[in-house]
This record gives sequence, C-alpha cells and structure tokens, in this order.
Amino acid sequence: MSESAAPSASSRELPRPADDLRAPETFDAIADPSARSVALFIEASRVITSPRCLNCHPADDSPRQGDDHVMHDPPVSRGPADQGVTALECTSCHQDKNGELARIPGAPKWHLAPKAMAWLGKTVPEICEQVKDPARNGGRSLAKLVDHAEHDELVAWGWHPGADRKPAPGDQERFGALVAAWVKTGAQCPTKTEEPPR
Amino acid sequence: MIHVRVNGQSHDLGPEVDPEMPILWVLRDLLSLTGTKYGCGQALCGACTVRIDDEVVRSCVTPIRRADGRSITTIEGLSPDGNHPLQRAWIDLDVPQCGFCQAGQIMTAAALLSKKPHPTDAEIDQSLGGNLCRCGTYNRIRAAVKKASEEAP
Repeated sequence: MSESAAPSASSRELPRPADDLRAPETFDAIADPSARSVALFIEASRVITSPRCLNCHPADDSPRQGDDHVMHDPPVSRGPADQGVTALECTSCHQDKNGELARIPGAPKWHLAPKAMAWLGKTVPEICEQVKDPARNGGRSLAKLVDHAEHDELVAWGWHPGADRKPAPGDQERFGALVAAWVKTGAQCPTKTEEPPR
Repeated sequence: MIHVRVNGQSHDLGPEVDPEMPILWVLRDLLSLTGTKYGCGQALCGACTVRIDDEVVRSCVTPIRRADGRSITTIEGLSPDGNHPLQRAWIDLDVPQCGFCQAGQIMTAAALLSKKPHPTDAEIDQSLGGNLCRCGTYNRIRAAVKKASEEAP
C-alpha cells in the first residue's frame, strides 16, 4: 500500500494481524481456473463485506455506523450526488483524514457509494455480479476495478479507520492482488450454494 | 503560514499556529470572534457551524489549513448590521430560547437559502438535521427559515 495515499494511521488503531487475508498464491493449488476465480473472490469479499466498506454502500439514503450498521447519527441524507444535502454535506464534518480527538473518520473525497453500487444486505454472489457490471460499479471496466481496489484513497481508509474501529482484513496491497488475480482467472462469481457463512 | 479572510478581513496567522488547529479556536481564541459556539467538539451538534467560501463546515473539527487562502464567514459577518432576512425573521418570531445553538442554526439556514431560496419543510428539516437545539425551538426555526425565504425573488 502506498503510505502517502493512505490516511495516517492512528496510534489508537487496533492491532491487526498481517496474514488475516490470504494471498492469491494460496489458491494456486486449485487447478480449475473457474473454481480458483470463485475462491479468490470469496476471499476478497471478506474485505468487501467488512463494516468499514458496507456502511457507505447502503441501498437507502443513510450511511451506517459501527460493526452492527446502525443508522448514521446525526441524521444525514445522501443527497442528489451522494455527497450529502445542501448545507449538510459529508465534508461538512468529515475531513481528509481521521480526526483523532473527535474520532470522526476521514479520508479524501468522503462520500457515499451511489445506490446502484449498494452492497449492504446483499449476498456475496449478488455483490460479485454487481461489481462486474459497469452499470452498477461506477462505469468501471475490470481493469479499472482492479486499479480502484489497489489505489483508491477512500478504499484505503478501510485499513486505517482510526479510533477504535476494526480495520478491514489484511491490507490494500493484498486486497488489490486478490481482485487482480480474480480478474485474471476470468472474474467468476460464486453461486448461492458456494457462499461461505458470514 | 496560513492566510485567511474572515468576514472580509485578511489575517496572516503566525507560524506558531498549528495548521491542524480547529477553525473554532482560531476564531474564538485568536481573533476574538466568539459568536461561533463550542458545543460538543465532535461535529454532532452544529453549534460551531461556519462557512468556508460556499462550504458549510463544523468549525470544531475542521483544521484551519482547510481554509488557507479562502474566506470564512461567521455569524458576525453574515450581514453588516444584523439585517439579514434570517436575522430579522429570528427576531420577529422570537426564535431563540437559551440561544446557544442559534448562530449555528442561522449559518446553516443561510447556506441553505443561498442555494435553495425557497426550500420545502422537508428540505429545511434535512439540511438543519445536524443542528441540535436542546430547548426544542425547531418549529420556530423552521418557521423563521420559511419567513426569510419569502423575501427571496
């Protein structure tokens, strides 16, 4: 991960094991490329379904907070451009980096994912089909999807959430490598029966 | 060194001013502009609301570096003589009770009216949803915003 692109890590962040997201090579033993692709996405989905990611991918108008996805307090609304409403925008409070004393999470361009990119409440197979679909992934090709996973500054916040928030598993470099390996193996999606327990 | 304009007046803040210092403390402690209030210090109540150019921010959590080279407007600078339509409506309808939150309420409402001169009740409630009033003057706040909006063309 590029440290310069990531929000500064707070000294109060919880420790995280470096190996809690498996590397793409872990799945080399799966001979069938389709099955390997599915396994790679399931591993990457451990990041995607982290509360740090899901809370800003809701299907309705309110972001969520905490590991149990409670409604955002104070009450806010996504607004026409997913950046809040007039006079109460996301960046009225959220800064370009975490606020340590106030515990407010922050990263550059803090905003909600558009409704078309909603993940909260969806299954891993549903999310998988969604992230491949340019109509529901922000118009991204698979190559751009990999770049987004590897380098996006707001995505990077998931591993440096500040305060006592639990980071997403692993780190951005490994997450990006998983997504890249998934695309390279055909970007196959799990079916409902293959979805791991959450 | 950080340079800001506050209510039309230029200020070069000295090198001793930490760029991470919240705007609220620059206003209150360095510039003696005490109309902007400290409520929660966590962007939860809205009492400290000011504007940086057209952006509405909670000054208690916004570092002064974000305003470098830009213009801050506080309640003291909303109008030269207290004659902004919102300020007149506030007086006409006796909106404040204790008054502590009112600077933040008015600054948020002013930003709303500048972009939406005729907001609906729902839009007022949504935009001011982050401004708490522990006296519960919400109905009068909404009525005053509506009254001020009637002056817009």
